[in-house]
Amino acid sequence: MPINYYIFLAVALFCIGVAGVLTRRNAIIIFMCIELMLNAVNLLLVAFSKMHYHALSAGAPNPNAGIDGQLFVFFIMVVAAAEVSVGLAIIVMMYRNTHSVDVNFLNRLKH
Amino acid sequence: MTQLVWLVPALPLAGFLLNGLFRNQLSKSLTGIIGSGTVLGAFVVSLLLFGEVRHEGFQPAVVTLFDFISVGKLSIPFAFQVDQLSSLFLLIITGVGFLIHLYSTAYMHEENAPQFARYFSYLNLFVFSMLLLVLGANFIILFIGWEGVGLCSYLLIGYWFRNIDYGNAAKKAFIMNRIGDLGFLIAIFFMISKFGSVSFDQVFGKASTVPVGVMTAITLLLFVGATGKSAQIPLYTWLPDAMAGPTPVSALIHAATMVTAGIYMIARSHVLFDLAPVTQTVVAVIGLATALLAASIALKQNDIKKVLAYSTVSQLGYMFLGLGVGAYDGAVFHVMTHAFFKALLFLGAGSVIHAMGGEQDMRKMGGLKKWMPATHITFLLGCLAISGIPPFSGFFSKDEILSAAYAKNPVYYVIGVFTALLTAFYMFRLYATTFLGQFRGTHDQEHHLHESPGAITIPLWVLAILAVIGGFVGIPDSWMANGHRLGAFLSPVLGENAHGLEVEKGTELMLVAVSVVLAVIGSLAAGMRYGKKPELGEPTGFGKVLANKWYVDEFYHAVIVRPLDLLAQFLVFFDKNIVDGIVNGVGRLVQYGSRQLRLLQSGQVGGYVLLMVLGILILFLVELFTGSPAVSSAAGKVALPH
Amino acid sequence: MIPVLLIFIPLVTGLIGFLLKSEKTARGWALLSSLVTLVVALIGAGAGKTSPILHADVAWLPDLGSRFAVGLDGLSLILSLLTAISFPLIFIATWRDQYKRAWNFYALMLLSQAGLLGVFLAQDALLFYFFWELALIPVYFLCSQWGGERRIAATFKFFVYTFLGSLLMLVGIIWLYFHTPDHSFSMASFYDVHNHMSNSDQTWVFWLLFVAFAIKMPIWPLHTWQPDTYEQSPTAVTMVLSAIMVKMGLFGVIRWLAPVLPIGTWAWGDTVSTACIIGMIYASLVAIKQDDLKRLLAYSSIAHVGLMALAIFATDATGMQGVMIQLFNHGINILGMWIVVDLIERQFGTRKISELGGLAKNAPGLAILLVIVALGNVALPLTNGFVGEFLLFTGVFTSTATAYSVVFTVVAAVTIILGAIYTLNMIQRVFYGPTNALTEKAVDISLNEKMVLSVIVVMIIFIGVFPKPVLEMTKDAAEYILTKMAYK
Repeated sequence: MPINYYIFLAVALFCIGVAGVLTRRNAIIIFMCIELMLNAVNLLLVAFSKMHYHALSAGAPNPNAGIDGQLFVFFIMVVAAAEVSVGLAIIVMMYRNTHSVDVNFLNRLKH
Repeated sequence: MTQLVWLVPALPLAGFLLNGLFRNQLSKSLTGIIGSGTVLGAFVVSLLLFGEVRHEGFQPAVVTLFDFISVGKLSIPFAFQVDQLSSLFLLIITGVGFLIHLYSTAYMHEENAPQFARYFSYLNLFVFSMLLLVLGANFIILFIGWEGVGLCSYLLIGYWFRNIDYGNAAKKAFIMNRIGDLGFLIAIFFMISKFGSVSFDQVFGKASTVPVGVMTAITLLLFVGATGKSAQIPLYTWLPDAMAGPTPVSALIHAATMVTAGIYMIARSHVLFDLAPVTQTVVAVIGLATALLAASIALKQNDIKKVLAYSTVSQLGYMFLGLGVGAYDGAVFHVMTHAFFKALLFLGAGSVIHAMGGEQDMRKMGGLKKWMPATHITFLLGCLAISGIPPFSGFFSKDEILSAAYAKNPVYYVIGVFTALLTAFYMFRLYATTFLGQFRGTHDQEHHLHESPGAITIPLWVLAILAVIGGFVGIPDSWMANGHRLGAFLSPVLGENAHGLEVEKGTELMLVAVSVVLAVIGSLAAGMRYGKKPELGEPTGFGKVLANKWYVDEFYHAVIVRPLDLLAQFLVFFDKNIVDGIVNGVGRLVQYGSRQLRLLQSGQVGGYVLLMVLGILILFLVELFTGSPAVSSAAGKVALPH
Repeated sequence: MIPVLLIFIPLVTGLIGFLLKSEKTARGWALLSSLVTLVVALIGAGAGKTSPILHADVAWLPDLGSRFAVGLDGLSLILSLLTAISFPLIFIATWRDQYKRAWNFYALMLLSQAGLLGVFLAQDALLFYFFWELALIPVYFLCSQWGGERRIAATFKFFVYTFLGSLLMLVGIIWLYFHTPDHSFSMASFYDVHNHMSNSDQTWVFWLLFVAFAIKMPIWPLHTWQPDTYEQSPTAVTMVLSAIMVKMGLFGVIRWLAPVLPIGTWAWGDTVSTACIIGMIYASLVAIKQDDLKRLLAYSSIAHVGLMALAIFATDATGMQGVMIQLFNHGINILGMWIVVDLIERQFGTRKISELGGLAKNAPGLAILLVIVALGNVALPLTNGFVGEFLLFTGVFTSTATAYSVVFTVVAAVTIILGAIYTLNMIQRVFYGPTNALTEKAVDISLNEKMVLSVIVVMIIFIGVFPKPVLEMTKDAAEYILTKMAYK
C-alpha cells in the first residue's frame, strides 16, 4: 500500500482536529480535537517507521531500523495521557468556577 | 643669601596659616603682631637681598625649590628668580605692605577677634601671593601669584560678606580678573607650544626665533591678562567697585601693589614686547585712553574712595603708556612712586573715613584740616606728588613717561599732559572739598572728629616722606650725571634702552615746563574753586555722563551680561524640552507602540490558536516554495511494501 | 593579590552586610570594610611598579577565551585609590543620614564599590563588561529604594539609558572578540585587534563602544539622565555616582576604546571634541541658572568631564597625564562639594539656593572649607584643579591629532570664566549676604564632618602644590596608552 494513503488519512485527521479546535467553544470538544491531532501524528509516525524499516533492511534485516518512530509514539501516548488528566482537571475546575465549559469566558490573559 | 629667598614668601604664608587656623584662639593684639611681624620679617630679608643685588656684577640667580609639574618634555620647577627687578618689587610690596598691616591694626580694631584674624590672614595671604608673583622664575609661578592675588582681592573686597553689594563687587572683580587671566593662560599655552618651556630665560632666549605674528599674538594675550589685573580698558570697571573692601585693602591691593602686577609682567617680559611693535602701539593707546577716561570720570565723583580709585586707573594708564613707548624703567619708576603716594592718599582717606564714622561722601566733609592736622599735611603732600609738582616724586616718574611718549609720538604727549592737568584738578578738588572750607556733616559727626592714633599716622608720615623724596632716585641723566640711579640699577633686567626714545635736552625741559605749568594751574584752579564753594548738587549735562562713568557699566550689562543671561535661560529651556524631550520622547514612543501591540492580545484562546495555525501554515508555505526539493520528492517515491 | 583583594573585600563584606539587620552594625561594618579596602589600596600604591602582587590572572571562562585577569597599573591605581578613599569618606560624611532597612543600603553600597573596583582593575574585556554591569545594578536599587520623590522615573531613565549603552558596548566587545585571531577577551588581544580589521570597520565599531562610555560620562547631548538622577538619589549615592561612576566612562575610553581602535578614535576625534566643547559651554551656562544645588553640581560635573574627554581625544602626553590626575582631582573635589550639599540639606531641609543665604555668619567653618573646595573646582592655582586643568588645556593646545587645537582650547577655556561665575554665584547666594528666617539658627559643622572635609582640603592643596607623586604614578600608564593610540 503506498504511503500516500496513510499521509492523506493523517492529514485529514489533523485538519479535522485543527478545525475543531478553531471553531468549537466547548472545552471538552476542543480537548477531543487535540487528541485527534495527536493521534494523527502518531499514525504518521508509525507509518513512516514501518516505511523506513523496509527501506533500510532491504539487504540484511535490521531490527533497529525505524524504531525511533515507534518510540516517539509511545512517548506521545504517555504525554497525552498525562495531559488528559491535567487537562480534564482544569476543565473540571473551570466548570466549578464558571458553571460553563465555554473557553471564551476565559479571557483574563489580556489583562 | 639668595638661597634664603624662600623665606620672603614663607613668612607671610606662616602668618596666614597661624592667623587662619587659630583665629578663634588668638587675641587681637597677638593676631596683629603675627600679621605685621611676618611681613616685617619678609621686609628685612628683602632688604638683605637688595643689599646683595645692589653689588656691582650681581648675576640674576634662580633658586629652585622643587619640581612643580614635570610631564613629558615640559618641566616646570617651583623656582624663584632674584634679580634687580624682583628685588625692587619685593621692597615695595613688603615695605608698603608692612606699613599697611600696621595701619590695619588700628583701622580694623572694631572687628571682633576671629574676624580680625580672618582679615589679617587674608592680608598675609595676599602678600604671599604677590611675592610669588614677582619672585617666580617662570610664567607658571607668576601665574600662580597672579591668580592668588585675584583670590585675595576677592576675599578682601567681600570681607564684609553680609552686604550683598560688597559681595557683588567682589564677584565682579574676580570674574573680570578671570577674563584677563584666560588671555594670560592662553599666552602660556602658546609659549609652551612654541618654546617648549615657560621659564623666563628659555622663553626670552628663544623669543627671536618665532615669527612676528606669533609674538604679536602672545604679547597681545599677555596684555589681555594685564588689562584685567591692572584695570585697563575694557576690563577696568571692577576696580572702582572694589572700593567696597576695607580702606587699607584698597591702599595695599587696589592701589599700591596688585594692580601694578600687569606692569610688572610686561616689564618682565619686555623682550617679547620689543619684538611686537603692533602690541606696543596697542599697549600705549589703551593706556592713554584709560588714563584719559578714568581721569574724566574722577572729575565728578563724590565718594572719596571712588575718586582715588579712578585716579589709580588713570595712573595705571600712564604706566601702560610708558610700557607701550618702551620706557620700561619709567613705568617701573612710576609704579614705585605711585605705590608711595597712592598708598598715602588711600590711607589718608581711610583716616578721614575713620574719623567721620564711616562716611565716604565728600559733600558731607569739609574743613577737616582743623581737626586732623597730620592727616591733612600728609594728604596734601600726596596730592602734590600725584599732580606732578616738582620736586615731589610723581613729577619725576610722570615726566619721564611723558617725554618718552613725546619722542614716540607727540599726540601721546598732548593727551598725556591734558590728563595730567585733569589729574591735578580732580586731586585738588578732592583735597579742597575734604579739608578746606566749612564742615558740612552732622553735629554728631563733628563732635566725634579727632586725629587718628599713632598706628595710623606713623604709616602716613613714613609714606609722605617717601612720596616726597622717592623721586630723587630717578633724576634724568641729562640733568645730573648718573642721576637716574633706578634706571642704572634696573638696566641688567630691562636692557640698556629701557628709557624709550630720547629727546633733546632743550625739548625735554620745555615739555617738563609745560606739564608743570599745567599741573600748577590745575591744582590752583581746583583749590580756589572748591575751597570756597564746594560742588554739592547733582551734576547736570555732560557732568552727569561723567558722574555716571560714561555709562560703561550699563553698556556692559546690556551687551554682555544680559544676552548671556538670556542665552543661559534659553539653554535651560532647550535642555529640558528639546534634549531631554527627545530622550523622553523615545521612551514615550516605545510605550505607545507597546500599547498598540497589546491590543492583539485579546485573551480569546481561539484567537491565539488561529494565529498559531496561520503561522504554521505560513511556515509550511515558505518551506514549500523555498525549501530543498530533495525532501519533497523523496516522499513520493517510497512506498510501504504491503 | 592586591587587585583580587580589592574586588573581593567589598564584594564579600557587602554580601554579608545583607544579613546584619541592624542599622548601627551595618554602618560600622561598611565603614570597617571600606577602611580595610583603603589600606589594601594604599599597600598597592606603595608596592613597586613591577611588583608581582599587583597582578592576578586565573582561568575564568576558558571555553570563551576569557580569564579573570586583574592588575594595577598607574591608571587603575589612581582610580582604585580614588574609589578606596571616597567610600570611607562617604560613609563618615553621611554617618547621620537615616535610611530605612539601612543594612541593605550599606550592603548595596559595598557591592557597587566592588563593581567599580572591578571595572578599574579588569584586564579582560568580558570581565570588564561583567563589572561594568555589576556596578550599575546596586546603584539602580539604591536610587529606586532610597531616592527622592521622583525617584522611580529618574532611576528608570538612568537605568534604561545606561543599559542601552552597555548593550551596544557588549555587541562591540563581541564583535571585536570574533576578530581577535586567538578568540580571546584579554587586553593584549584587544590591543592587537586593530591590526586584523579594516579602517572602515574601526570607524563604526568605535560608536558601539563610545556610546556606552559617552552616556556614562556623560557627553552632551547624552547627559540628561544625570541631573535628574543626581537630584533624586540619596546624597551618598550621588557622591558615588559623580565622584567615581562618571569616571568609568572616561576610564573606558582610555583603556578600552582609544588603544583598541586608534584609527576610529582619531577619525572621530574632531566630532567628539566638538560635542565635548559644546557640552562644556552649554552645561556651564545651564549651571548658572540652576536653583537646586544638586542640579548645579551635576551640570558643573558635565562641564568638567567634557574637558577631560576633550583631552583624551587630543592624544597628547601632557593631556593624557592631565586626564589621569584630573580623574582623581575631580572625584575628590566634587565629593567635597556633595558633602557640603548634604550638610546643608540635612540642616535646612532644602537645597534651593534661593531659600538659603548668610550661612557664613553662623557656620564659618563650613564656609571656609567649602570655599577651598570650590576654588579647587574652579582650578585656582595651588589647588589640585589647577594642575589638572592646566595639563588638560596644554594637552589640547599642543595636540597634533587635530587641526583645530587652538580653536578648541580657546573656546573650551571660556568655561574657566563661566565656572567662576556659577561657583561664585553659588557661594555668594548660599553663604554670604544677610541671613533669613531659615538660616538664622544655622550651626557650624561637627567634628567628624570637619574631619572629612579637612582630609579633602588637605588632598586638594597637597596635590595642588606638589603633584609630582601623582604624576609619577600615572606616567608609565599614560605613555603606554599613547603608544597604543598612535594613529599614523
